[in-house]
Amino acid sequence: MGSQADHARHWREVQRRKRGHTLMFCAGLAAATLWSAWMSDVNLSKLFSNIGNFFGYFDRILTLDSGPAMGRRVWTAPGEWLWGLDKWLPLLADTLLMAYLGTLLGALGALALCFAPARNLTPNPWARVAARRFLEFCRTVPEIVFALIFVVAFGLGPMAGVLAIAVHTAGALGKQFSEVVENIDMKPVEGLMASGAARWPTIRFAVIPQILSNVVSYCLMRFEINVRGASVMGFVGAGGIGQDLIEAIRKFYYADVSALLLLIVLCVCVIDFLSEKLRHALLEREAHA
Amino acid sequence: MTIPSAPGAMRLTHADAASIARMRARHPEAFHAPPLRRAAPYLIVALATALAVFALWRFEFSPVRLATGLARLGDMAVLMVPPWPGGLAEAWTVVKALGETVAIAFLGTLLATAFAFPVAFLAARNTTFSGVARFLTRRGLDGVRGVDMLIWALLWINVVGLGPFAGVLAVMTSDFGALGKLFSEAIEAADRKPVEGVASTGGSHWRQVRFGVLPQVLPVIAGQALYFFESNTRSSAIIGIVGAGGIGLYLSEQIRMFEWQGVAFAIILILIAVAIIDRISGVLRAAIINGGVQKL
Repeated sequence: MGSQADHARHWREVQRRKRGHTLMFCAGLAAATLWSAWMSDVNLSKLFSNIGNFFGYFDRILTLDSGPAMGRRVWTAPGEWLWGLDKWLPLLADTLLMAYLGTLLGALGALALCFAPARNLTPNPWARVAARRFLEFCRTVPEIVFALIFVVAFGLGPMAGVLAIAVHTAGALGKQFSEVVENIDMKPVEGLMASGAARWPTIRFAVIPQILSNVVSYCLMRFEINVRGASVMGFVGAGGIGQDLIEAIRKFYYADVSALLLLIVLCVCVIDFLSEKLRHALLEREAHA
Repeated sequence: MTIPSAPGAMRLTHADAASIARMRARHPEAFHAPPLRRAAPYLIVALATALAVFALWRFEFSPVRLATGLARLGDMAVLMVPPWPGGLAEAWTVVKALGETVAIAFLGTLLATAFAFPVAFLAARNTTFSGVARFLTRRGLDGVRGVDMLIWALLWINVVGLGPFAGVLAVMTSDFGALGKLFSEAIEAADRKPVEGVASTGGSHWRQVRFGVLPQVLPVIAGQALYFFESNTRSSAIIGIVGAGGIGLYLSEQIRMFEWQGVAFAIILILIAVAIIDRISGVLRAAIINGGVQKL
């Protein structure tokens, strides 16, 4: 009887504590929400009175605003709508190429830097911390900020964009690679070290074969992200299709905005699809081997 | 001296022509890999290199440009020391802009999570009510995700005007696409057994989702939302470039005016803020994962 009462009391106690935690969590969340709503000038009445503009904008960008088919929906006159295809497709190709080169250079940088921060390969804590901080810096500073700075240093054009993507990619991939490196099987490494191999041969023959499939898969994912990133590099003058897009938005060439958005979204979707297929194929091959 | 060998293992000394032939017959692919497959890695590397060289040529990379650019970067780095915007009042403005950035990231992520949560159940194979709804939701999410946050910010500025509110809405929209996809993947990865348990006691579809799926996916979803909050602090630091509030406006102005000390100050503040949020969200994520395990 006594133990039952104890048990009931304990149960109530646990329940009360749990409720207390939930209440505290909700209160914290509400406070943070109110603070951020106040900080960011949330104005719901403006949103609701102007929400029509949002859909109205889509209505306007889907209507041809010049030429013989003026006033009609864009898809009724695709030739009019996509009049700039000859100019836009090369720009789109440039954007993809920027993403490709940026990912490649960044991945090479990440591959060179990812062994230093790994606990199992670099016993020296100072080297490890230095490498980690450097990678953190590279991935925390947004690539558009790098692009803004590089445009000043290297001049307007895609070169600044590629370098900005590369630096950011090196930071992001470097962290992911070094996590993969920390999770490898150490036996091959010990085997090579026991036979007197130096650092780089050890990495080449004991580490690289273990991390290669993960590295490739992370690179493909990063390429998908970088295609999106490259599409807005033109906003700050760093090349690609973004330049035409921001011009169309700023100068109210409504039909052009929708055409460019369509091209970008289609391109991103196709790249995502292909890269997903490729990654699955790689994983399958890995499972068979 | 004889070398001990595992039973059944073939000793090399006994490998005569016949056993080699047997091995060849048994593992033909090990002895005669098709030339194309042997050449494939080299071909891939050669193609990748060729494409990279073409890109380098097309984007007019040159050692001279690279060297002058790096030299200029070095000059800027020197001009960045000491990182200070020039006065206490300016410093306070930057700190306030940073607070705005964090607020944009927080509110945007919260709203995106709230909207993506119900939609994800529509997009997941095991909880949706019709294949058509699933297909439409998924394609919709893909479309939203394909448009970059900066572009969404430009669109929302048309609705609510310049300022941080447009930033909140931009973060919300672009994360809605990403989180919706991630959440629906988490729902699809949920274990079937609790659902079957609820179904076996006669629970409706709604009950199966509520008591079979939801407890499994909530910790995953909370973890992903926290992770997005952290990465949004980085991205909302830039939407100010197009006028959607936060520290980005200050940062881009300082870069355009070559005020490198102010640039360095803003970047350092962003780094500190991201590091703090990273730490907090790491602690919260660990607590959520542990709490989830305890509840199970």
